[in-house]
Amino acid sequence: MSPTLVILLVGSCVAASCALVGSFLVLRKMALMGDAISHAVLPGIAIAFLLTGDRSPLPMIIGAGALGVLTVFLVELFHRSGRLQEDASIGVVFPALFSIGVIVISRYAAQVDLDLDCVLYGEIAYTPWDTLSWGDHNLGPKALWVSGGTLLLNLALVFGLFKELKVSTFDPELGAALGFSSVALHYILMSAVSVTVVGAFESVGAILVVAMLVVPPATAYLLTDRLATMIWLGAAFGVASALGGYWLARWWDASIAGAMATVAGALFVGAMVLSPRHGLLARALGRWRGARRMDGQLVMLHLEKGRHPLPLATLVQRFGWRRTRLDRTLRELEAAGWVRRQKGGVALTDEGAEALERSGQDRLAHHLSPA
Amino acid sequence: MSFELTFAARNVLLGAGLLGALGGTLGSFAFLRRQSLLGDALAHAALPGVCLGFLISGVKAPLPLFLGALVAGLLGALFILATIRLTRIKEDTAIGIVLSVFFGAGIVLLTHIQKLPTGNQSGLDRFLFGQAATLLPEDVARMSWLGAAVLVTVLLFYKELKLMSFDADFGASLGFPVRRLEVLLTLLLVVVVVVGLQTVGVVLIVATLITPAAAARQWTERLGRMIGLSAAIGAGAGLVGAYASATIPKLPTGPAIVLISSSVLVASLLFAPNRGILWAMLRERRLTRRIRRENLLKDLYRLCEDRDDWNLLLPAVLLMGVRGQSAPQLARSARPLIAGGELEERDGAWRLTPRGKAEAARVVRKHRLWELYLTRKLELASDHVHRDAEAMEHVLTDRAVAELEARLGFPETDPHGRPIPAAPDLAAVGGRP
Repeated sequence: MSPTLVILLVGSCVAASCALVGSFLVLRKMALMGDAISHAVLPGIAIAFLLTGDRSPLPMIIGAGALGVLTVFLVELFHRSGRLQEDASIGVVFPALFSIGVIVISRYAAQVDLDLDCVLYGEIAYTPWDTLSWGDHNLGPKALWVSGGTLLLNLALVFGLFKELKVSTFDPELGAALGFSSVALHYILMSAVSVTVVGAFESVGAILVVAMLVVPPATAYLLTDRLATMIWLGAAFGVASALGGYWLARWWDASIAGAMATVAGALFVGAMVLSPRHGLLARALGRWRGARRMDGQLVMLHLEKGRHPLPLATLVQRFGWRRTRLDRTLRELEAAGWVRRQKGGVALTDEGAEALERSGQDRLAHHLSPA
Repeated sequence: MSFELTFAARNVLLGAGLLGALGGTLGSFAFLRRQSLLGDALAHAALPGVCLGFLISGVKAPLPLFLGALVAGLLGALFILATIRLTRIKEDTAIGIVLSVFFGAGIVLLTHIQKLPTGNQSGLDRFLFGQAATLLPEDVARMSWLGAAVLVTVLLFYKELKLMSFDADFGASLGFPVRRLEVLLTLLLVVVVVVGLQTVGVVLIVATLITPAAAARQWTERLGRMIGLSAAIGAGAGLVGAYASATIPKLPTGPAIVLISSSVLVASLLFAPNRGILWAMLRERRLTRRIRRENLLKDLYRLCEDRDDWNLLLPAVLLMGVRGQSAPQLARSARPLIAGGELEERDGAWRLTPRGKAEAARVVRKHRLWELYLTRKLELASDHVHRDAEAMEHVLTDRAVAELEARLGFPETDPHGRPIPAAPDLAAVGGRP
């Protein structure tokens, strides 16, 4: 397998598995638990490393997973005690755990190859050469096994518990009434987040895991109202960020993981501007169209049918508009056949009168209809 | 361990103490405004600014790096605000996006700089992980100036910032320029974050803001005191942490500071008066015990009342049945009552003393008056009111009971037709308050 392919595959697996669980984090307003877990697992990794003496993935994943669950537990504990808000609870727990991790590493593991930089921003470029072997057999890149395994695990979780997760995310009370334990689901989801974070740690690093957990699902959330669509769209955006980031990094000769996060951010801004329903452009266009429709109706309301044309000068005076605005509005109304220019001004046509009445009824119906 | 600190170490101590005080001050506002993690995002967002500051100015001087961080931090904050206002994305996700994307872009720039002929990035990654040991006297001097400016601003706008921390909507209705104050507060926060980056690093900056504030919050209800205490805790943790790091080998400064302030927080959560978890547990236990004692007296009272014999000796076994309590539980409730002269014990059976009878009457009186109140005023059925009265009898004050009685027109029997003990004979025996 070519190194490029390995990097692309690892990046895609990480991005997709992050999006699978990240979608729920975004919807449950727990995006920052991913951030907290990704930092707080450091002591787990350090301790697993100290106990086993090497960097084999399984003990590290177990150690980090345990710390991830501990983080969730502590955040809940402080929050539930009623003495700290949830955000403050997150903000005090993860720096404390991270500090313990840094101290453990710098006191006991400084000489060995557990580089803080690597933990924080990862180095996906090295993954093709860090291979797993079984006896004499070379089983291929370690990161590919880890990220592929994480992806399968998360796929199993989302497929297996889709309905439960969906109900408990959107309507926790209904979930409780149907007999799902929201606490159990919370911990299952958070365990999955922990495993995902740890699995992705070595390749993309702590902070960029947060990017993959949060940004692609948020991008998808701007484009759809359906959970299933959001999840697969988020995964697609994640994979697109991974692929795009790789090429960007090759081009600029820069950090691959950093470039992936940058591309993910660019995709988010793109969706923020261009989303057909929630986008800034669509909404600005909608407001602009609405304003022009208002202009047209305002003019029509001031005109009378048939015989008594109103001089343009009077309209300009009444509205205090610039002449160009009036001309444009009149042009549109004329094109629709709703007003007619006559000698001495403009007047409403029969069709125009009808249209005006119809729009009045529409508006009335709109106001009367329940929401 | 040597108590002779080198000049460099004293410098570091001073810097860490200053940062702690600043972080504690601004963190109090962030904590109360539920923006604890904004500082985290701003710290990460500063990285690309540091890199751009270097790329544009071409020097690793503090000023361009600092300005770059400031501008990038503000842009990050603006982006968070814009995302929340203009899209359906919620605050936590917006913070997560800014934090990770800005940091990712920063790393791209950092790796780019690394490959430039001019650029080992050693001065730049000080901003990432913080190396308090490299603090120079100039750095500390700059921190002092900026810190003084921040503190003066906080003092000048204290009233406005206070209102913003508790009820921004109310502030807006009073005509405060809420938006501009938000920007001011964010600006101050960014300054403190950027000042702190060099000392404790990106990851731990959030702790210098929030942990002292969260600890201080446990001790007081007043903003001014909270800020003072938070600044003191921050400064103390900074000083002690930096000192520990200077004297104990291989103990990094930032983590040492954070662990000390975290310990203060845990102690505050447990021991602070009023809000402390330990005191709350203690209060709860005391209340439970009092309720058990009062229930025991009341049960005895009712058993005597049923048999119309106030000298009855009641065996514990009989009382165990009333509330399904075990013998040791009952004995634990009875012991202080015997010591207080409210119960007499004879051969494992108990009898109310006159004093005990008066105390029991007081409880029974509350119970029956409350039951009557519920049936009369809320028109609840008489078989629905017992459980509610079971709870109220332990919390009604004597004054409330007197008023209740007056409102009910000094009734003589409860909804079940049992007599309500009268008030005067309490005073005669001197019931417990």
